[in-house]
Amino acid sequence: MVISLKVNGATRSVDAEPDTPLLYVLRNDLELNGAKYGCGMTQCGTCTVLVNGAATRSCVTPVGSIEGNEVTTLEGLGTLDKPHPLQKAFIDEQAAQCGYCASGMIMAAADLLNRNPQPQEADVRAALADNLCRCGTHNRIIRAVLRAAKGAA
Amino acid sequence: MNTKRRDFLKSAGGIAVAFSWSVPTVLAQQAARPALPGSLNTNRMLDGWIRVNPAGTITVFTGKCELGQGILTALTQIAAEELDVAYERVEIVSADTARTPNEGMTAGSLSVENSGTALRFACAEARQILFELAAAKLGVAVANLSVSDGTVTGSGKVTYWELAREANLEREASAQAKPKPPAQHRIVGRSIPRRDIPAKMTGGAAFVQDLRLPGMVHGRVVRPPRYGAGLDSFDEAKVKAMPGVIAVVSDGSFLGVVAQREEQAINARLVLIASAKWSGGSELPDPAKMYEQLMSLRSEDRVIGERDAPVPAGATVIEATYHRPYQAHAAIAPSCALAELKDGKLAVWTHSQGVFPLRATLARALGLEPRDIRCIHAEGAGCYGHNGADDVAFDAAMLARAVDGRPVRLQWMRDDEFKWEPYGPAMTMKVKGAVAGGRVVDWAFDVWSQSHNMRPGDPDGINLLGSWYLADAKRPGPARHAAQPNGAGDRNALTLYDFPRQRTTHHLLMDNPVRTSALRSLGAYANVFAIESFMDELAAAAGIDPVAFRLAHIKDERERAVIEAVARAAAWKPGEKGDGRRGRGIGYARYKTVATYNAVIAEVEVDRATGIVKVPRIWTSADAGQIINPDGLTNQIEGGVIQSASWTLREHVRFDRNGILSQDWMTYPILTMPDVPTVETVLIDRPNERALGAGEAAQGPTAAAIANAFAAATGRRIRELPLTPERVKAALAS
Repeated sequence: MVISLKVNGATRSVDAEPDTPLLYVLRNDLELNGAKYGCGMTQCGTCTVLVNGAATRSCVTPVGSIEGNEVTTLEGLGTLDKPHPLQKAFIDEQAAQCGYCASGMIMAAADLLNRNPQPQEADVRAALADNLCRCGTHNRIIRAVLRAAKGAA
Repeated sequence: MNTKRRDFLKSAGGIAVAFSWSVPTVLAQQAARPALPGSLNTNRMLDGWIRVNPAGTITVFTGKCELGQGILTALTQIAAEELDVAYERVEIVSADTARTPNEGMTAGSLSVENSGTALRFACAEARQILFELAAAKLGVAVANLSVSDGTVTGSGKVTYWELAREANLEREASAQAKPKPPAQHRIVGRSIPRRDIPAKMTGGAAFVQDLRLPGMVHGRVVRPPRYGAGLDSFDEAKVKAMPGVIAVVSDGSFLGVVAQREEQAINARLVLIASAKWSGGSELPDPAKMYEQLMSLRSEDRVIGERDAPVPAGATVIEATYHRPYQAHAAIAPSCALAELKDGKLAVWTHSQGVFPLRATLARALGLEPRDIRCIHAEGAGCYGHNGADDVAFDAAMLARAVDGRPVRLQWMRDDEFKWEPYGPAMTMKVKGAVAGGRVVDWAFDVWSQSHNMRPGDPDGINLLGSWYLADAKRPGPARHAAQPNGAGDRNALTLYDFPRQRTTHHLLMDNPVRTSALRSLGAYANVFAIESFMDELAAAAGIDPVAFRLAHIKDERERAVIEAVARAAAWKPGEKGDGRRGRGIGYARYKTVATYNAVIAEVEVDRATGIVKVPRIWTSADAGQIINPDGLTNQIEGGVIQSASWTLREHVRFDRNGILSQDWMTYPILTMPDVPTVETVLIDRPNERALGAGEAAQGPTAAAIANAFAAATGRRIRELPLTPERVKAALAS
């Protein structure tokens, strides 16, 4: 069935079953690379997007359940030319090795900064506790989030 | 050389797949030719490495690939440096069987040493060729020319780009052009930002998972419930009737499905799993007696080091046995590949660490000619060794064969990766040593391990998971010894300490009850854990501070410097003691005994009630010879430290006699943000020394530092990894 979605500020129509996880609609129908498949069961955080500003695991969110809501992916935060402060901070801190977790980290951090614009290091660690990084880039990611918060202050 | 060009134009969602030219590789054994540096020796044509483009750019080619370690940035720096062009002008083409040199695997921390050295000499020679042309054109001696960003200046000016068409690089390298002295380096040695990071932070197509080919469909595979089980039946009709299903692929006990949409393939997989009946298969070791059972397997034993001297009377003799469990690569992304079979030609986009070995093995598994297969590297998540990357490439090819002409993208599900990837092998290390007068006077080290190298490329077997389940079942290659200093299970088993008497024996287990292969640092992680734990036990027996005890057994200046640097950074106090809860420990090794020197000091906090060990802080020092990119090196060392802390504190593959039980992040937990240590890294730059591989250096020293810190904190030693709460509580109660 045709489902109408608001993604990154634009209204998009997709032809998918309503129980299709949002993740596959974003990646395959809308060709957005930000959200990634990592585990399909909310354990790793690579698929994190914002729904109405709140960090949401797109891998278990049925696309039919979010009709009419605002979905923001990494692409909706900013672009290469006009990066969001978090994207810029992640680039400036070189906060990646493979970078597969980065989109989920940035989206979870965006949610944190919405709620708490001036977090302490412990707040960042707690907010990203359920976003896994396997390369061991955690400290750079923490620094990047703190840098973005500082820059926005 | 015959460079054969053929058009291969294809747009793949932002990752350029451009045209190809095939570069025949010259086999080393073909030639009684002079040895050339690095991978130039086996890929001897200059234009296999570098092209100067009239449009004002340089293209360099490498057989190595980006695994998240920043190698393409480092190699580009080396090329730009030798050519004297701006870094931004250099495009790098990586690991493509149709376009790049064959450099085997991107593994063993060898890329800077092999590919970096080749590019350094190839680019220096290309620069010389361009200078000679410029000299003729400008009527000036080569010695009187200078160059800035590709513009050569003598009496007048001429650019590389103007000379590009005349510059004949279609010739064998001589390696006679001298690379720049390090004192003149302006690009090498700088923390140039990684070229791949901006796209990864803004949603650019960066990974194989992000490739979208026209007409692409989606695949999934179904694995047996245990190793070696056979497929008896499944409900094909039911699955074929599901929405979007294009093909159900079964061959012997290989089972997969292709569907129009990804979620349709995932749903069809679940229905296949529910209806499939399996039988047989092999029993796994009893986890409670795993190490005894492994050590009783048939083994091929080899003494890899021996030195004899008398043991003085009255020496204190101690011995200890250490264990390391099966541990998973646990990439954050399950493995993925795209395959397309068109007119008998197979193209595979893969995050394999070795596109050439994969091509050769795919050819044998599928009954195709290697020339009819093209393997193109596209990034996956960090792999840390041989995970499911190659296997999923085979699976994708099997599915592509069933939907002729349509490209298939197949990403394994999370449980596919956890249950079927080849783990880092369980290992046992027995050490016996003696001290007298504050010195080690005897040392005997024995290591038992399954194979750490069951990768594609084996001449006697086909190391691709899916092929073992075909009706015409293929077989994996045999376990093999690997020569020192690389070694495999015996990597870093040879101690570098100056002991008058020592004997080191590698017991290579020839059977594979659990699937294993290369995990970051191979046996070095466990061997260094054992050697460095035992050094602390000997130091305690001798009543000497662990740092001082190590230094007393090291003559080499660089080894001493790296230990002294970490001790300084951590403000180590000789003779410092733990307080029952907190303590610090050191670990040290020179990776592979010939690569990066790395020392680690860890601080632990032990919760005696819960048995939980936390590592709040780690200090580390590294000497990787000449540093190409300091920030990249720091990132690699820190990443290795944190990953090893995770292995050491948390990680082991769960299984019972009937199968693997680790199937997700709950059943294979890793270290997470709240528990990750802060890491302070000290780099020792040696610009006039050879650049050394660093990506795996920290794995062993970190494990030892944590184990030694635990012993320092509590007065109890844990010799079996990981440091689980159960083991901690048992140790504290003993």
